[in-house]
Amino acid sequence: MARISTAPDGPPSSHVGAWAWMRASLFSSPLNTLLTVLVLWLLLMAVPALFEWLFIRADFNASNAQECRESGGACWAFIVEKHRLILFGVYPYDEQWRPLLATIILIGVIVCSCMRRFWKPYLGLIWLAALTAVAILMWGGVFGLSHVENDRWGGLPLTLILATFGIAFAFPLGLLLALGRRSDMPAVKALCVVYIELIRGVPLISLLFMSSVMLPLFLPEGFSIDKLLRAQIAIILFAAAYIAETVRGGLQSIPRGQYEGAESLGLSYWQQMRKIILPQALKVVIPPLVGIFISLFKDTSLVVIIGIFDLTQAAKTAVADAAWRGFSTEAYLFIAFIYFIFCFSISRYSQSLERQLQTGYQR
Amino acid sequence: MSEAIIRLVDVNKWYGQFHVLRNINLDVAPSERIVICGPSGSGKSTMIRCINRLEEHQSGRIIVDGVELTNDLKQVEAIRRDVGMVFQHFNLFPHLTVLENLTLGPVWVLKKSKAEAEATAMKYLERVRIPEQALKYPGQLSGGQQQRVAIARSLCMNPKIMLFDEPTSALDPEMVKEVLDVMVGLAEESGMTMLCVTHEMGFARKVADRVIFMDQGEIIEENVPDAFFDNPQNDRTKLFLSQILH
Repeated sequence: MARISTAPDGPPSSHVGAWAWMRASLFSSPLNTLLTVLVLWLLLMAVPALFEWLFIRADFNASNAQECRESGGACWAFIVEKHRLILFGVYPYDEQWRPLLATIILIGVIVCSCMRRFWKPYLGLIWLAALTAVAILMWGGVFGLSHVENDRWGGLPLTLILATFGIAFAFPLGLLLALGRRSDMPAVKALCVVYIELIRGVPLISLLFMSSVMLPLFLPEGFSIDKLLRAQIAIILFAAAYIAETVRGGLQSIPRGQYEGAESLGLSYWQQMRKIILPQALKVVIPPLVGIFISLFKDTSLVVIIGIFDLTQAAKTAVADAAWRGFSTEAYLFIAFIYFIFCFSISRYSQSLERQLQTGYQR
Repeated sequence: MSEAIIRLVDVNKWYGQFHVLRNINLDVAPSERIVICGPSGSGKSTMIRCINRLEEHQSGRIIVDGVELTNDLKQVEAIRRDVGMVFQHFNLFPHLTVLENLTLGPVWVLKKSKAEAEATAMKYLERVRIPEQALKYPGQLSGGQQQRVAIARSLCMNPKIMLFDEPTSALDPEMVKEVLDVMVGLAEESGMTMLCVTHEMGFARKVADRVIFMDQGEIIEENVPDAFFDNPQNDRTKLFLSQILH
C-alpha cells in the first residue's frame, strides 16, 4: 500500500523577535551580559566624544592655526590648507593638475580592469595607453608640458604608481617563481628556492636601504638607476617572493587528477598551467593574495626612509610647517582615511570576485 | 593479425622497491577490445597509465602506433593526442563548463576553430545522451553524467585508442549502467581500440575480444571472454573470479 505523505510544505519559520534575539545573543549568560554592558559603556564613552571632536567642534575654515586651536575640535582647516601638499607633494604648484589627472587615469584603468566585461585582449592596449598618458603627464617635456624631474613627484600619485607597478610586475614574477619552485628541473628549482628564501628572510626596509645605498656600489661607473626606480624594483622583488609562496600553496591544492586529465588531452606544460591549473589554483588563493596586495599598497609608505616623497612623507612635511604646528593627528587621520578607502575597496572587490568565480563545485 | 597498434615488450616498473610491473608483454591489434581485471594492487591501472605515459616504465619498450615512448616530450604529446583516457574520478575541469571541457583539447591541441570544436562537442554530447547539460559546470552534474562527459571529452580528440581506468568504480550503483551503455555503444559502433580496466564482468563478456587477468604485476592469464569466465586455467584466476562473481 502506498503511503500518503503529509510532510510540511517548507521549513519552519526562522523568524525571531528582536527581544528574543537580544536575549539569545547579548544576555545569554552572566558573563555575556557583563561583556555586553561593558562594551556598551565603552561605546557611550568614546563615540559621542569622537563625534564631537571630528565634526561638531571641528573647524573647517579657520584662516590660521591660533583660530583653529581655540575651537577645541579637529582642525580640518589645516587639511584644507595643506591638501595639495599632502596629495601631490612638492610637484610644481601650478602644474598639479597633471598629477591629479594622472591619478584619475590610473584609478580609472584599475577600476576597468576589475570589471569582467573588460577582460578582453584590448585591456592590455588600454593599460599601455593609460601608462603612456600617466608618464607624459608626470614627466612632461612634450606637448608643451614643462619637464618635471621625478624627485619632485610625490603624494598620492606616487603611492599609486608604486603600488600599481608593484602589483603588476610582482604578480607575474611570483607566478613564475611558484611554478619554478615546483619544476622538475633542478637548476630552475634551486634558483627559485634560493631567491624566495633569501628575499623572505630580509625585511623590506633593508631591501629598500640596499637598493638605495648598496646597489649603486655594484653598478659600473657612470651607470646609475634613478632612486624611484630602485625603490620600485625593491618592492617588486619583495612582494614577488611572498606571492610565489602563496601561489605555490594554491598549486598544491589542485588534485593530481587535474594534471592527468590535462596531460591525457595532449596539452603542453604551458597550456596545462594556463588553461587548467592556474585558473583553479589562483581562485583558491584569492584571499591571501589580496592580503599581499593590500600590504604591498601600505608598505609603499616605507619608501619614506629613503627620502621618496610618497603620501606618508607628504603628510609628515605638511605637519612640519611652523605656521601650522600641532595638527599631526588631523594629517595622519586624513592619509589613513585615504589608505583605508583604497585597501577597503581592494578587499571588497576580492569578495565579489570570489563570488563571481564560484562554479558550484564544492569539494 | 595485422601489425599491433600497442606493443609492450618486457616492461618493468618499480615504485621504490615495490615491483609493480613484471615483464609485461602485450600486443594489441587495431580495433581490438581488451578488458583487464585483477585484484587491487595488481598493476593493471599502472600498466594502462604507462601507455600514455602518465607513468614512466623503467625497462622494456612500449610502442604506440609506431612511436616508441621515451623521454622525448614532443613524442609523448603526439601519442597523447591519439590516445584518449577516461579516469576513475572523471578528472573533468571544474572551472570550465561541460562544453568548454570538451572543446579545450580540440582548440588548443588540434588547433581547430572554436565553431568546429563546438559542433563536434555537441555531436558527442548527443552520443552520450546529455546535450542539454552543455552549459552547466561539472559540479552540477551527477557522477554518471560527469563520467559520460569525460568519455565525450576523450572522443572529441578523435583518438585511435581509448583507455578506461576503472570508469565505473567511483559511481553510485544506479549510475553504472548509463556509463556502461555508452561504452558498449562505443565498442560496437566505432572501430576504436579499447583497453578497459574494470570489474564489470557483464561488460567484459558482451564486448571484449580478450580478457586479461593480472596479479602481482604479472599477466597471469588471457583468453576470449567465454573461455576465461567459464574455464579459467590458473588457480589465482579461479580464486579471483570466485570472489567477484558472488
